[in-house]
Amino acid sequence: MNKIGTVCATGGPAEPAACSVTLGTEHFTEANALVREALERADTVEIREAFAQRYLGCGMPSGKTLLIHGVPGNDMACYMDGGAIEVFGNAQDQIGNTMNGGSIVVHGRCGDAAGYGMRGGTIFVRDGCGWRVGIHMKQFEGRCPIIVIGGDAGSFLGEYMAGGIIVLLGKPGSYLATGMHGGVIYMKHELACADVPRGLVQEPIDEADEAVVGRLLIEYNEHFSHDLGGSVDASATGFFCLRPASSRPYASMYAN
Amino acid sequence: MLDCLLPRYKVLRDSEACVECGVCERSCANGVHHADEKNGRLSADHAKCVNCQRCVVMCPTLALAVTAWPQVGNGSNNWTLGVMQDIAKQAQTGAVLLSSMGNPQHYPIYWDHLLLNASQVTNPSIDPLREPMETRVFLGSRPDKLVVNEREHAVVTRMPPQLKLDIPVMFSAMSFGSISLNAQKSLAMAAVELGTYFNTGEGGLRKDLERYGDHAIVQVASGRFGVDMHYLNAGSMIEIKIGQGAKPGIGGHLPGEKINEEVSQTRMIPQGTDAISPAPHHDIYSIEDLRQLVFSLKEATRYTVPVAVKIAAVHNVAAIASGIARAGADVIVLDGFRGGTGAAPARIRDNVGIPIELALAAVDRRLRDEGIRSKVSLVAGGSIRSSADVVRAVALGADAVYSATAALVALGCHQCQDCASGRCNWGIATQRPDLVRRLNPEIGAERVVNLMRAWNREIEEMMGGMGINAIDSLRGNRLMLRAVGLNDKELEILGVRYAGS
Amino acid sequence: MTLREGDIRIPSGCAIAGIMDKSGGLHDGSDILKSIALMHDRSNGLGGGFAAYGIYPAYRDLYAFHIMYESKEARSETEAYLDGYFISEKQERIPTEAVRGIQDPPDIWRYFVAPHPVKLNMSGLDEAEYTMQHVFRINASILGAFVASSGKNMGAFKGVGYPEDIGEFYRICDYKAWLWTAHGRFPTNTPGWWGGAHPFTLLNWSIVHNGEISSYDANRRYVEQFGYDCTLMTDTEVITYIFDLLIRRHGFSQETAARIMCAPLWDEIDRMEPERAAYETALRCVYSSALVNGPMSVILGSDEGLLALNDRLKLRALMAGEKGSMVYLASEQAAIEIVCPGVENVAPIDGGVPYVVQLDEVAARKAQESCENVPAKDRLQEHLTGVLPASSKGVLRHA
Repeated sequence: MNKIGTVCATGGPAEPAACSVTLGTEHFTEANALVREALERADTVEIREAFAQRYLGCGMPSGKTLLIHGVPGNDMACYMDGGAIEVFGNAQDQIGNTMNGGSIVVHGRCGDAAGYGMRGGTIFVRDGCGWRVGIHMKQFEGRCPIIVIGGDAGSFLGEYMAGGIIVLLGKPGSYLATGMHGGVIYMKHELACADVPRGLVQEPIDEADEAVVGRLLIEYNEHFSHDLGGSVDASATGFFCLRPASSRPYASMYAN
Repeated sequence: MLDCLLPRYKVLRDSEACVECGVCERSCANGVHHADEKNGRLSADHAKCVNCQRCVVMCPTLALAVTAWPQVGNGSNNWTLGVMQDIAKQAQTGAVLLSSMGNPQHYPIYWDHLLLNASQVTNPSIDPLREPMETRVFLGSRPDKLVVNEREHAVVTRMPPQLKLDIPVMFSAMSFGSISLNAQKSLAMAAVELGTYFNTGEGGLRKDLERYGDHAIVQVASGRFGVDMHYLNAGSMIEIKIGQGAKPGIGGHLPGEKINEEVSQTRMIPQGTDAISPAPHHDIYSIEDLRQLVFSLKEATRYTVPVAVKIAAVHNVAAIASGIARAGADVIVLDGFRGGTGAAPARIRDNVGIPIELALAAVDRRLRDEGIRSKVSLVAGGSIRSSADVVRAVALGADAVYSATAALVALGCHQCQDCASGRCNWGIATQRPDLVRRLNPEIGAERVVNLMRAWNREIEEMMGGMGINAIDSLRGNRLMLRAVGLNDKELEILGVRYAGS
Repeated sequence: MTLREGDIRIPSGCAIAGIMDKSGGLHDGSDILKSIALMHDRSNGLGGGFAAYGIYPAYRDLYAFHIMYESKEARSETEAYLDGYFISEKQERIPTEAVRGIQDPPDIWRYFVAPHPVKLNMSGLDEAEYTMQHVFRINASILGAFVASSGKNMGAFKGVGYPEDIGEFYRICDYKAWLWTAHGRFPTNTPGWWGGAHPFTLLNWSIVHNGEISSYDANRRYVEQFGYDCTLMTDTEVITYIFDLLIRRHGFSQETAARIMCAPLWDEIDRMEPERAAYETALRCVYSSALVNGPMSVILGSDEGLLALNDRLKLRALMAGEKGSMVYLASEQAAIEIVCPGVENVAPIDGGVPYVVQLDEVAARKAQESCENVPAKDRLQEHLTGVLPASSKGVLRHA
């Protein structure tokens, strides 16, 4: 294992400095302090030997990029505000928690509850994801959060979903999108009629949808075709979408 | 279908006093009063009355009064009229019954069984009008031991951030959405004036309230509405809301009709869509996950503000609170089952949770048994009705209290328990612009400031009577309490002796 | 039966006095006896006592336990207990005199002991903590036995009666000390229990105190978190424990400890320049439950000297005077004048301002020491495995 610490190469005036930070088993408080310090000196920071450090990229603003090698800890990119993170490997739970904007690219799989309460930015996951991903995503004015999952998803994908887009190339688990009252889920595979959750409507996608999905699939290929040794079909033909029948699913549930 | 529901209230009009000016008609958002088209005579649709008393207060000739509907039940203590009316309503609608404000049921109110001490002979009482009397409180976590340089008078240990309160009362969380902008603004202005804090609830912090950020506690709840870096760094403390005394264990639905443009801006959600708060935080399924959220918020604010965790008082509250302290929270907030709400299923509000007095006493004792009470601050809420309740809470072990209902009553609330309808005639629990305008924030703030100044004066008087001139010496000082009308088990849990012993 | 201290909280008023020779010169008990006797009307015959420092030079390195027994069984049980945990160099009955005002005295013994080295080692405690825990255990669990004092080269002589009678009973004129403190008690009711008399002592601390504090239960519940059992339920006991916590365990000077217990008012702090205000605020925040409220005047005796403190509203009287190397304290000035005619610098002890008198040699030593407090060794904490936070790494290094 390398020595824990920061190595910076000073760039020329036109070129921002590049920094690399080796974390090892450093605790998250010191690790994040090191990373923040490095980000003050350089716009792109490479993190080596991440071992379970939480909150990497917490609240990171736009213009800043983290390239992470190793296994970052939970809550990576929490409250992220425009920054970019690329993980060369798997990511743990709750990535992109309450994320406001920016992008996460995971060259592997991610764990549970990714994108919880996310209201902007994109998360691209090459492989599958854990349970409760995209839970309580919401869109607001110009911001529309997007999660693209290359593999299968665990159960409760898009629970309480109030906005945004989820693209699923693999198969969903059970209790898909329960309580969904906004946004859209695009699926490569059609659900059997009996599996369409109550209150949701499944339809083949139209041209407008195809354009949206196609664009995201092209981006997916840009990130991962090298890893995968080929591209996925980016035409989006044959995809289905799930949308809520109402933005007020519980309107008649209560009486004063 | 025949509707078996009876009106709850009857509007009495003194026809001799009534001058048919129509103020009552204009006052009522529920459409109770209406004038006869032909003769202009006013009459009332009793079934619509919620007993908010707006018309009663506004009537220039005092011609109105609201009374209970005179129908009696069959005399059963079991099948009361209220119980049967609830069944009728559910048979009619198939709906979950919704209600608002605090639990109105007949449970013991332990505050009313705890009497305060005063000094006689063996030590002197202190006169707070003329001698110093300190009610300032700091909230935050504390190191076990402080290392200082005694010669330089400098602190060596890094002190965690502290919240400074000039009075031991803060205003509990009420979101913009559940209450009006003018109501929240009244509390914000009062908090500034009083040197205390208001709490945004989970509805975000509206742009034009950001200037009160030095006196704002920003809440992070399961829906994460309005939570971003800007919001987290806009307040003086962050409060993670796990639960609320009025509805432990369940989430919330702010109905789409209350999500107007301003509320949607503040919550950062689309207009007209239900705002659904999940029952749990979906990143907290265990106590160690709470530690994760606490520290994500500390990282997001660079450890500059304290992080509080608010839980509803439930059966295992002492162990949970101990876990919260160990999870890194700086302040633990306990909310008792009589606490208010903008809307909760009535069965939850009336049947779930435990009284704040017992919860507070149990938590304070558990933290002391484990030797960690001095490391965290403890705030109690859930029906603090007067300065005497504040004193009792502090003597049981609280550092400070949260009050919401009392502050709303100061703003005009008459506790009709109809907040959920969004037709609050007092301009508090509504987003209707014509109703919101009825509450003037300057006047509202003044009334709340008056109330809290009076409470603080009374707290000083009670402390002075006990011979205590700093609230620090009242905290957990249970010898200042004696009980009446309680059994041995209750005395044991409260850690209080019986009066006369 | 009347309830004792420990069964019930008994408020008391009092007379207190102290005499110290800063040069360390030894003086017999006749002056302190005369001084406290003059304040006869401040006590009611239900308790009196003395603490004396420097009285056992031959055994200066051993803990001197003064133990009162109400029965033979209590003595044999206690001695068996002591045998288990301490090595005794000498034990003897404390010589007493029959005095008319003193009735039913207990059987009073003294032991000069050292902690059993193997057991001390196994306990993981330091010597003082080990000794304190065993004193607590004897007082709490052996019926009819009470350790009246447990420090080195010092002792407490106390009982039920007027202080001048108690002094005569114990023959305090036969002892020579560089510091004497005295207490005459006015309890509101009559337990007649010798253990409840004052001074209260713990290790080398002795405390005499006047007044009923109103912060008692807040203070008690604070110190009980850290292993101090307030079994006597007296103010003096809890004040002693706060001093012990702040000075011995947290490493503060006596003066800072006193400033924590009688902290400056927020009004004063608000007028201070920011760094000083931050210092006072941090002390008040961390030690808010150590604030003592209500009437109090105390004299704290220790191997370093004495400290006198009045509560911050100055609700009790306490006077000080000096002459040469001698320092005198008493509730009333006349009690100083009677033993030291022509005493100089007579002044009242101000509210909340500690009055510290150190032995000359102690003062010289302290001037060389660091002015940062060094807390006693921290206990090993959690988080010893996995990804370590910085705080626990420090602990590991020291462990």
